[in-house]
Amino acid sequence: MAGSAESGISPDQPITIRATLPWADRVFRRGVSGVAGLVLALFGSIGLFLAYQSIPTFNRYGLSFLTRANWDPELDKVGISSTLLGTFEVAVIALMIAFPVALGTALFISEYSPARIRSLLISLVDLMAAVPSVIYGAWGFFLLMPHAKLVSRWISLYLGWIPIFRVNGDPSSATWAQSRFVNSAFIAGICVSLMIIPIACSVMRGVFAQAPLGEREAAYALGSTRWGMVHTVVLPFGRGGIIGGTMLGLGRALGETIAVLFIISLNFNINFRILQSGFSTISALIANDFGESTKPQLAALFTAGLVLFIITLAVNTGAAVLIGRSRSGAATEI
Amino acid sequence: MQAAQPTSDFDVPALAPDFGPEVLHPKGAHLDAVAVSAWFGTNKVLERVSLSMSPGTVTALIGPSGCGKSTFLRILNRMHEMVPIAKLAGQVRLDGKDIYAPGQRLTETRKRIGMVFQKPNPFPTMSIGENVTAGLKLTGVRLGKSDRDALIERSLSRAGLWTEVKDRLGNAGGALSGGQQQRLCIARSLAVDPDVLLMDEPCSALDPTSTFRVEQTIAELRSEVTVVIVTHNMQQAARVSQQCAFFLAAQGTPGGIVEAGPTTKIFSAPEDPRTEDYVNGRFG
Repeated sequence: MAGSAESGISPDQPITIRATLPWADRVFRRGVSGVAGLVLALFGSIGLFLAYQSIPTFNRYGLSFLTRANWDPELDKVGISSTLLGTFEVAVIALMIAFPVALGTALFISEYSPARIRSLLISLVDLMAAVPSVIYGAWGFFLLMPHAKLVSRWISLYLGWIPIFRVNGDPSSATWAQSRFVNSAFIAGICVSLMIIPIACSVMRGVFAQAPLGEREAAYALGSTRWGMVHTVVLPFGRGGIIGGTMLGLGRALGETIAVLFIISLNFNINFRILQSGFSTISALIANDFGESTKPQLAALFTAGLVLFIITLAVNTGAAVLIGRSRSGAATEI
Repeated sequence: MQAAQPTSDFDVPALAPDFGPEVLHPKGAHLDAVAVSAWFGTNKVLERVSLSMSPGTVTALIGPSGCGKSTFLRILNRMHEMVPIAKLAGQVRLDGKDIYAPGQRLTETRKRIGMVFQKPNPFPTMSIGENVTAGLKLTGVRLGKSDRDALIERSLSRAGLWTEVKDRLGNAGGALSGGQQQRLCIARSLAVDPDVLLMDEPCSALDPTSTFRVEQTIAELRSEVTVVIVTHNMQQAARVSQQCAFFLAAQGTPGGIVEAGPTTKIFSAPEDPRTEDYVNGRFG
């Protein structure tokens, strides 16, 4: 027997609670949901467009599109394995150069630099990101390459016993074939590394700066040196940012076009010798061939684009997952 | 001349030099602050503070917010200079040697004078056991497995946490409750075998039960290490300390010690009327 106060109350079951939002909230909510949805729709439509354009290519060439090395639309032989290899070579070389530089720079700025010049250093690094890639490409071609080929020759001379550093011909001969050392994945990688350093550095620095003061002080109060503190507090906390910044850089390196196009001389051999002239990357291939393509050739280029799209998507998703698992993940955007 | 005029309004013969139960042969070090002043930029926050902290004694620093007691505590193990604009004058002598003298190793000083903070701050990526030995790792001391295990047990026991965590030393330190985390931080500080332990409001983020456990721990530590504790809680100061220093900063002036002495005296027969007002809860 229920008390009189309980009469008229619905049975003892969860009820639906509905908040009535003020109109301003409703409008704003619709607005931001719409914009967010639009971004997703745009992104999805790019993928769908590429996939749709790729259907004829896959129908015609099937999986050999991925395994064939040469790109000869005139001979009806089209494949991207050498191009994929070149893409990864450039990206990996760029990352190997950029990662330590970006990490060191980020640590210096956030942990070691005097507070007076810190903001100056931050804007300098950000400025590096603002330089158009065509400038890096021109710099790479006109300034870097004539010098880098000497470095390439030196590496090949002393480390040539490692297969990837080998170059056709004898690098120690008096008249070494300079043309074999230019236009290489190595030089393109150096060039691209300059473009990903500022991005990676700024993500890492942002996360390092958020390492909790309490933990920093705890380390110092135990008698830690600064390096000990960085090693115990900042680096573990910044793990997500280190991975995220690097992956973000990798995404950029995989897709970098203009700078690579400056250095490149398109060549579709499977070339593991990173110091040797002649390689190609997907983005450079597309940019190079786009203007003078027939319709089926264009479809093949779109297919190459789809492959690049999927790879970069996978890299960035992987980064997001890794960062999400780490403690600093909440503070990192990629 | 009137003979036998009492020097104070209070008749306190039984309380005078009471330092609680006497600790025989206490370990720890003498810490003497001599004429310590401190600035943040041009803002002077402490003026010529002198205080002597002895082994076997828990010294409580009490006073309202903003009176400089935490700043003073941080000066005692050179954490003050972590703030770029912080400056100071005076000396802090650890067993007679000024820790700010040129040539004194900063890391060595902080190792001998440990600190427990207001907010528990275990290293979250480390396990409970690793947290305890973090100080050794940070100062480059290597231990064998058995020594290491013994140190972990001893430190956690001294901090009153051993029985609660002995079966899960491999678990993350951050997964403990707030009070356990704070005792883990105490264990971490004790593992490097400091002579002095500074505690900056160690219980202000804890519930009453955890507070009680930490206070027990402090009482047990007294014979082994010189303890200095900042607290906002006057009952806590009365419970844990044998010596008490009352800090106060008048509006717009740097803080300083109004009165320092045996805790029982500060609480029952303070000489300064401001001390009496504060310990009786009339302000602050």
